[in-house]
Amino acid sequence: MAAKPPYSHRDPMLKKRDDFEDILEERRNSSDLRYALKCYTPVVYKGVTPNAASLLKTTVLQSDQLHYVVDQLSKETGVAADVIQEEASAILEEMAHRQQLSTVRFFAFTLSKAFKALFRSIHVNEEGIQRLQQAIQEHPVVLLPSHRSYMDFLLMSYILYTYDLVLPVIAAGMDFMGMKFVGEMLRMSGAFFIRRSFGGDKLYWTVFSEYVKTMLRNGMAPVEFFLEGTRSRTSKSLTPKLGLLNIVMDPFFKGEVFDVSLVPVSISYERILEETLYARELLGVPKPKESTSGLFKARKVLSEDYGSIHVYFGQPVSVRSLAQGKVNRCHFNLMPRHIPRRPSDETQCFVNDSAYSLVRAQEENMVLKPWVLLASLLLQNQSQGLLLDELTEQAVWLRGLSREYGAFLNWPDHMAPSEVVSSSLSLHRDLVKISGGRVQLALGGQAGPRQPCSSPITEEELMNQAVVVLSCTSYRNQALHVFLRPALLASAIHIATSAKKEEVYNSFSFLRNMLSNEFILCPGATLQDFEEACYLLGKTGALQMSQQEMQVTDSGQKTVNFLTAMLDPFLQGYQVVCRYLCEEATEALTEKQFIPAIRTFIVRLILAGSLRYYELLSSDLQKNALAALLRLGAIRKIKVADNVTLKVNRLMVNSLEDTLGGKLPTQKAVAARL
Amino acid sequence: CAECCAAANTQGILPDTNDCSDKLRMYKVVVPDSTFTCIFATSSDIISCPEIMKWNGWGYSDSRFLFNKKGQAEFTGKRYRLSGMILPSLKDWFEGTFGASLQHKSPATVSAIYIYFFNAVQPPTLNEAFVEDLKSVGIPFSHDAEDRVFRAHGHCLHEIFALREGKVGRVPDLVVWPNCHNDVVKIVELACKHSVCLIPYGGGTSVSSALECPPEETRSIVSLDTSQMNRILWIDEKNLTAHVEAGIIGQDLERLLNENGYCTGHEPDSMEFSSLGGWVATRASGMKKNIYGNIEDLVVHIKMVTPRGVIEKSCLGPRMSTGPDIHHFIMGSEGTLGVVTEVTMKIRPMPEYQKYGSVVFPNFEQGVACLREVARQRCAPASIRLMDNEQFQFGHALKPQVSSIFTSFLDGLKKFYITKFKGFDPHHLCVATLLFEGNREKVLQHEKQVYDIAAKFGGLAAGEDNGQRGYMLTFVIAYLRDLGMDYYVIGESFETSVPWDRVLDICRNVKERIIRECKERGVQFPPLSTCRVTQTYDAGACVYFYFAFNYRGLSDPVHVYERVEHAAREEILANGGSLSHHHGVGKLRKEWMRETLSNVGMGMLKSVKDYVDPNNIFGNRNLL
Ligand SMILES: Cc1cc2nc3c(=O)[nH]c(=O)nc-3n(C[C@H](O)[C@H](O)[C@H](O)COP(=O)(O)OP(=O)(O)OC[C@H]3O[C@@H](n4cnc5c(N)ncnc54)[C@H](O)[C@@H]3O)c2cc1C
Repeated sequence: MAAKPPYSHRDPMLKKRDDFEDILEERRNSSDLRYALKCYTPVVYKGVTPNAASLLKTTVLQSDQLHYVVDQLSKETGVAADVIQEEASAILEEMAHRQQLSTVRFFAFTLSKAFKALFRSIHVNEEGIQRLQQAIQEHPVVLLPSHRSYMDFLLMSYILYTYDLVLPVIAAGMDFMGMKFVGEMLRMSGAFFIRRSFGGDKLYWTVFSEYVKTMLRNGMAPVEFFLEGTRSRTSKSLTPKLGLLNIVMDPFFKGEVFDVSLVPVSISYERILEETLYARELLGVPKPKESTSGLFKARKVLSEDYGSIHVYFGQPVSVRSLAQGKVNRCHFNLMPRHIPRRPSDETQCFVNDSAYSLVRAQEENMVLKPWVLLASLLLQNQSQGLLLDELTEQAVWLRGLSREYGAFLNWPDHMAPSEVVSSSLSLHRDLVKISGGRVQLALGGQAGPRQPCSSPITEEELMNQAVVVLSCTSYRNQALHVFLRPALLASAIHIATSAKKEEVYNSFSFLRNMLSNEFILCPGATLQDFEEACYLLGKTGALQMSQQEMQVTDSGQKTVNFLTAMLDPFLQGYQVVCRYLCEEATEALTEKQFIPAIRTFIVRLILAGSLRYYELLSSDLQKNALAALLRLGAIRKIKVADNVTLKVNRLMVNSLEDTLGGKLPTQKAVAARL
Repeated sequence: CAECCAAANTQGILPDTNDCSDKLRMYKVVVPDSTFTCIFATSSDIISCPEIMKWNGWGYSDSRFLFNKKGQAEFTGKRYRLSGMILPSLKDWFEGTFGASLQHKSPATVSAIYIYFFNAVQPPTLNEAFVEDLKSVGIPFSHDAEDRVFRAHGHCLHEIFALREGKVGRVPDLVVWPNCHNDVVKIVELACKHSVCLIPYGGGTSVSSALECPPEETRSIVSLDTSQMNRILWIDEKNLTAHVEAGIIGQDLERLLNENGYCTGHEPDSMEFSSLGGWVATRASGMKKNIYGNIEDLVVHIKMVTPRGVIEKSCLGPRMSTGPDIHHFIMGSEGTLGVVTEVTMKIRPMPEYQKYGSVVFPNFEQGVACLREVARQRCAPASIRLMDNEQFQFGHALKPQVSSIFTSFLDGLKKFYITKFKGFDPHHLCVATLLFEGNREKVLQHEKQVYDIAAKFGGLAAGEDNGQRGYMLTFVIAYLRDLGMDYYVIGESFETSVPWDRVLDICRNVKERIIRECKERGVQFPPLSTCRVTQTYDAGACVYFYFAFNYRGLSDPVHVYERVEHAAREEILANGGSLSHHHGVGKLRKEWMRETLSNVGMGMLKSVKDYVDPNNIFGNRNLL
């Protein structure tokens, strides 16, 4: 942990960001029909292959890559090659988009209506659009939006249409195919569909990756997909999936294109359409199968106010510059490029690092609304709530802190803070209640007036309250990336046995490692994160550092308390999971049973009053904790017949629990792992 | 030496003489009007010939491009078909392509006088004992600044640019002119004895910094100029071979053989000036390799003098299985192991018929696809080259004013036809030039076969003239760089070989990389970044890149140039291209040798060097 030069040169506060423009404004002032029928002539990639679109499927089906795999499969299975080729053709049919301008225009029209009804504004950074337009002409482009809502990709296409940019083709999950009509409409607007899991299916993989690569090589349209793989139900960014990123980088590695531009896009919703839906899902109310009627039942949704949306098109990232000095493209010199090969370790590592930094780029440009800060504060004061004035005062304090930490905060500075607070509260009135000047989460449920902070009596009540809490956490979570590193440090100082820098670093490293399934923490960047955290805490005067020691200052206590409280639910959650595994789990516990079992365990603890965080009921947290324990080797999966059971190393789990709780020095936990 | 003369005599090649000491006169008899002929003094003070050759540019002094008073480009002299002609569109192309202007001149700042009379050249570090011994064996030598500077460089951009600015680095301390193999043996012995560094010098056309003297060399550096070893010693018509001294220059070799009804068919673009020994030492490749082969296919026997002694095989068998072929240590050794003195090489009867041709393709992709198919069917003509669109346009800019062979009226029509009727986009189309050789009937048959293939890829025959002009231009193109340098434009070409499936990718990526790098390094105007596929093989092709830019506003243009070329080479390697197809490694591309050959490969080469030349007498430090 050599002392690197201070971070002044990358002070988050100095980050320059573009201004926004509301694209709904024009929609409100001119004809939607004319807009939908407008002349649409986007500029295209300079190297676009003529007739690329019409030849797409043929190109894929005739590709050397596919032929190779078909031949191979035919030899392995004895099935005739043309039969397999037929199969490939069917896969492609099922997958391929059928973008047509008329459907796009239809969407342009209907979405205009819907957006105007739902949202106050859709803000887009026009400089980002200009950069994108430039990028589209120069190189094949991959759009990487964050994924919080079904809305995301329609919204993306809508924006690109509005700005006369080439419409993207979008990798969509097969779930949509359940909704026949909608599925087809989406297909015609540019979506292509991939099965959720096709693990070992070589043929499927080949057709799929060739399809995507062909579109990139031909440069006919930007390819769009979600790095996070699926919608984040928690508003935390999800650990990136590498499959598609690997595919879109491959043409660069193989020299088939000069470069590929990756454009991270951050879409922030002031209110998420699926808010309570997600909370229910996380609580184990089974996810309603995505069906057409389901989406349209959202009619009621249309009468609500969902505030504004901010879409920030980030700086295009050149794969070429990213890979400079990290990937040796000569790797492909000694074999024909169409023969499928595992990416080298070097490449895999590179793709993984890139994925993380892209997700972080998405996070950085997420616009945070004041409500996000309010939600964070209210969650930390669940039992008592806060007086309106108090809340305002704290929010103003937190506004300052979050800006220091580089948050992209959209706080209307021209309004009085009290106004800002009350207008935020009113937009989220489903989640808060104000009584007697005191603001609290609306935990009362529908059951009429209750005592504030009353503990639930029945499981059903508990679940209703948890829905509100989880909805709220999904807003707090939007700000997590801003506070994460300092919060890890604050917690590390808290659990470390001494103020020795060495010691604190060990704790930091332990916590970071423990929580790396929970948050976006790039593997191998512990030291960097530690230094960033030290810098941020130091710069706000919360921390004093000497050569050897780190000490929280008096004035910094407030910050440190806030930060620790922010992480606390997670640390508690992981401890509870550990406790469950040590105390209750039987030998026969299967992977499938894990979530229901742990949920029951937590419900019991909460009802008994020995656990106060409802958000521990989130299956997301439970799954992440399990994944972390598996990763650390505290649990092993054992396949028994058709079931996978979880074998718990009780000693290790126990010591992890104690370390998380600050009862055991970090060293020990590390030792226990060995 | 007497024996060789005698041997040559019996072939009727040499005039009747049995006194090799009268070599100089004899030389003149053999090649009375050789354009390369140096002017000899009668004594051993041989001075090479700046009057005939440029000292700070390419080729003959009388031949150069210039913009005349009317602002029209003109090619001076009488040697080439283009000589004396006006090129009306060159100016517009030049100014348009580079953003250059005739108003902004950057002439060579220094005349030869300066170099020689104002001590720009370091005085020679002579090894007196060596010089004494040289005198005693009667081998001519010189330490005139002019002679030394002339042999201190090849034709890399940085070498010529420096000369134009009057900058001279380390140059050889002495130049020696051996007359024959035995002279070389003597020189090498003396060099070993007195610890002198030897650098063989052939035609001086190296483009890999191979001739540059290592600045860190402390010994006396002696340039061993092979130009006097330029005789054909015998011709064997039964086996179709000729035994030739390695210093002979390409055009002289061809002409002499032609007089006897034969040719080698080895025609590198530099054949006017490069030598047989140089070809062997660099693994050269000729334009017509499809019929005659590259240098490695052409040689039957090589004699090389090394510090360990003479290396050669014992017979002239056409192929041997006797362990690794020792010729392959010699070919490509770039002057690091010894001096190639004599070579037995294959000859062929002169072709009875030659025909040029050209094909226009709608785009480069189609053109490459066609070349690939031609290679697949193994029916490549003597030469087939595909130029990209930029080069096609460049070719147009070099069209001379009306002249019989250039039938510009017809050309105009053809252009009209191509661009209008067939829907070819003038900004995408590209052209392949062809050269067929052989028996007339077969040539015509062959021609049809190739044009039929081309047609399948949308190629239209575009006439003999276009083809012929294409090939003629390869000889004058080197002169154009000097013109560019008069107007702030610098450039160079470099090459690679690459498997077929990567040809298009490498062309696109390298050209783009060049453009990018120029921009990033502050070049104010977009560079000319173009390529052509110049050779086809069963398994791949040779690709040639041209790159030039306007350097106004740059403080260190050569540095920028070198960084861009470096980046371009990295790009080539990353795209599966080789380090070099025929230019060699020299010192310019040394840094990539290890990754090219693997550690063991490098070790093998090193151990050969260590055995053959333990004291690094051949100390030019190329390759390794
Ligand atoms: C305009 C131009 C066009 C070119 N076109 C081609 C082309 O089409 N094909 C091609 O292959 N190359 C081409 N070249 C490169 C160059 O002509 C070749 O590398 C050529 O083989 C060099 O021969 P040279 O006699 O000029 O050798 P030099 O330049 O004098 O020497 C080159 C290297 O060989 C060594 N050497 C020379 N003679 C001997 C000898 N007798 N024994 C041992 N070592 C020796 C030198 O020490 C040096 O390291 C071109 C160069 C230019 C400038």
